[in-house]
Amino acid sequence: MFFAQLPVNEQAILALAAAVLLLTFFMLAHPRILSVINLFAWQGLLLAITTALVAYDAQASHLYISAFLALLLKAFFIPWLLKRMIEKFDMHHELDAVRNPALILMGAGVLVIFCYHTTLPIAALQLTITRNIIAICMAVVLLGMLILVSRDKAITQVVGFMTLENGLFFAAVTITRGMPMIVELGVAFDVLVAAIIFGIFFLHLKQSIDSLDISRLNRLTEKEPD
Amino acid sequence: MDALQLTLGIPLVAMPLMLLCNYHVGGYFNIFATSLALVAAVCVAWQVLNLGPVQYMNGLFYIDAFNVYLIVLTAFVGFTTAIFSNPYMRHEQERGRLGPSRMRLYHASYQGFLFTMQLALSTNNLGVLWVAMEGATLSTVLLVSLYRTPESIEAAWKYFILCGVGIAQALFGTVLLYFAAVKAIGNPEKALLWSELVHHTAQLEPTTISLAFGFLLIGYGTKVGLVPLHSWLPDAHSEGPTPMSAVLSGLLLNVALYALVRLKMITDGALASASHIANPHIAGYLMMGFGLLSFLIASLFLHRQKDIKRLFSYSSIEHMGLMTFAFGLGSPLATFGALLHMTVHSLTKSAIFVTVGHTSQIARTQNMEQIRGIISTQPAVGWGLLIGTMVIAGFPPFGVFTSEFLLLTATMKAMPWLTAPLLLGLGIAFAGLLRAVQPMVYGVSPDGQRAVHVNMWPVTIHLLLVLGLGVAMPGILTHWFDQATHLIAGRGAP
Repeated sequence: MFFAQLPVNEQAILALAAAVLLLTFFMLAHPRILSVINLFAWQGLLLAITTALVAYDAQASHLYISAFLALLLKAFFIPWLLKRMIEKFDMHHELDAVRNPALILMGAGVLVIFCYHTTLPIAALQLTITRNIIAICMAVVLLGMLILVSRDKAITQVVGFMTLENGLFFAAVTITRGMPMIVELGVAFDVLVAAIIFGIFFLHLKQSIDSLDISRLNRLTEKEPD
Repeated sequence: MDALQLTLGIPLVAMPLMLLCNYHVGGYFNIFATSLALVAAVCVAWQVLNLGPVQYMNGLFYIDAFNVYLIVLTAFVGFTTAIFSNPYMRHEQERGRLGPSRMRLYHASYQGFLFTMQLALSTNNLGVLWVAMEGATLSTVLLVSLYRTPESIEAAWKYFILCGVGIAQALFGTVLLYFAAVKAIGNPEKALLWSELVHHTAQLEPTTISLAFGFLLIGYGTKVGLVPLHSWLPDAHSEGPTPMSAVLSGLLLNVALYALVRLKMITDGALASASHIANPHIAGYLMMGFGLLSFLIASLFLHRQKDIKRLFSYSSIEHMGLMTFAFGLGSPLATFGALLHMTVHSLTKSAIFVTVGHTSQIARTQNMEQIRGIISTQPAVGWGLLIGTMVIAGFPPFGVFTSEFLLLTATMKAMPWLTAPLLLGLGIAFAGLLRAVQPMVYGVSPDGQRAVHVNMWPVTIHLLLVLGLGVAMPGILTHWFDQATHLIAGRGAP
């Protein structure tokens, strides 16, 4: 089935999924911390729009609540929290440049292809839309992990972590039309608490190592001390 | 109010109360709350024993033979560790390692952790299971960094990120499982309920389920501490307060393994009827592989540890690997042995961490090279540590010996050539533990080493229970293990 033959709503969902993936690529390579947070907020907004669209498409009223929660948490609260931290620690112009952006981006491309390959057997049984969506969600999850490992600053690592969470949320909404309400609420609660604990952590990090540079956390290893 | 509501409700109510509680009474209130929760858990067990599998509150909770004994075990270890934690944390406070407000945080987190454990065990909904497992990370992460040293903050950051990322994979697996389950079951509200899924495993779409299991194995496997996803575990154990190490090793790892085994049961059921899947036992083989790898690598790493708490956390990885291997093997005998091993490991390891906590308070260090002559300074603690180590290393007639013997027999029957690496690993771990512990308990104690105020009842009771399980298992427990084996392996143990 071709893209144009799908119903309009599904076309829109696919286009939004593609946009989410594209934003994740931008986040991977962007050197400025503030911009990475802004990109993350945009991703949260897209997620909320997609959820509302799926809710309209599937006549699932409980998804409107999820959409609202996503908007509140992912587009406003978490970016606001991170920006407040930046203000507090005066990091407006600080950079967290990835060491080898070209290599990272190529690796990310390979990951996306890998995701499409892994989901091929499922695609053989399903409609085109689900196959694309499963692959894209899996890719966003893996790219979130890539952000986590390629960044050195605590704030950008948290953005990576939350991107991963976004990928999961996107998967739950688009693949399965939302999880049961009790699970959705539980997951949203966990994300909220995680965000607050991350905020507490920034303060601890600042107090103990006077920096938010995670690469300085290297005391606990299995190596023999020199 | 039925007993299950109390089991869950007591820690949930106690959590905010602990924040308000004065730190002088906080420790006693903690013991009080956990003792009430233990009574409630025993009542739940009594109901399940009389009625068989029970569903509570419109199917929100589901208790059968597999999780009921873990619920009692969790409540019990929670109670005894609370008894230990009271004098221990008081002493830490006197040493000036933490102030009153952090004591409140500690007690609240302790109750929160117990709540998430009981929720994960008793829930019928696999999505809620995930929420509770993530909640367990969130409630303990601030405990790991409780002392606010740079090392403890590093350990907590690693714990948070690694477990968070790991458990996120499990959520993706759960979404995929839900995707397959909605098609088979129809009603989306019921598609994640264990009591429904277990009757519909044959209709689940096998390709999706096997992909889902891959993600779930990585996710919950991180929490079990399977190599190569284990690196958070020794750090979190060594830097956090010792009562937390005791409950992490004794309870959290078990609950994560419990989740994994439940999901393996679904995966096995879905793949059994599939014709186009190359290997219907792939879930079991994956668990065996990861389990054996963790077992061997952890037993080797035991030999190069300098820190006493890191030593015993590697021993936990080793034993969790052994259990994962046994559940992967999946024969009734192996399953029975693994269920027994979960119990005895949990009891023994929490007892060991209690003595380790006192040992490091006596010696004022966790560095094993500086810990000497504990028996001559404080015999109760020294002997407790030595006997605990012998039990976990597998000396007869204790329960760990019995379960390891069962596991070896089961391996010998199913895959004889795997007995060799198992025996080798047990030998290496035995040597690693005894070699490290011997000089610490014997030897001349350094000048100025003084005894501390301790309560050795938790250790004594735990070790006696393990001894009892090794000599003669009570009928009720055998009955439960038999039923659980039926559930998991499909047949009873011979």
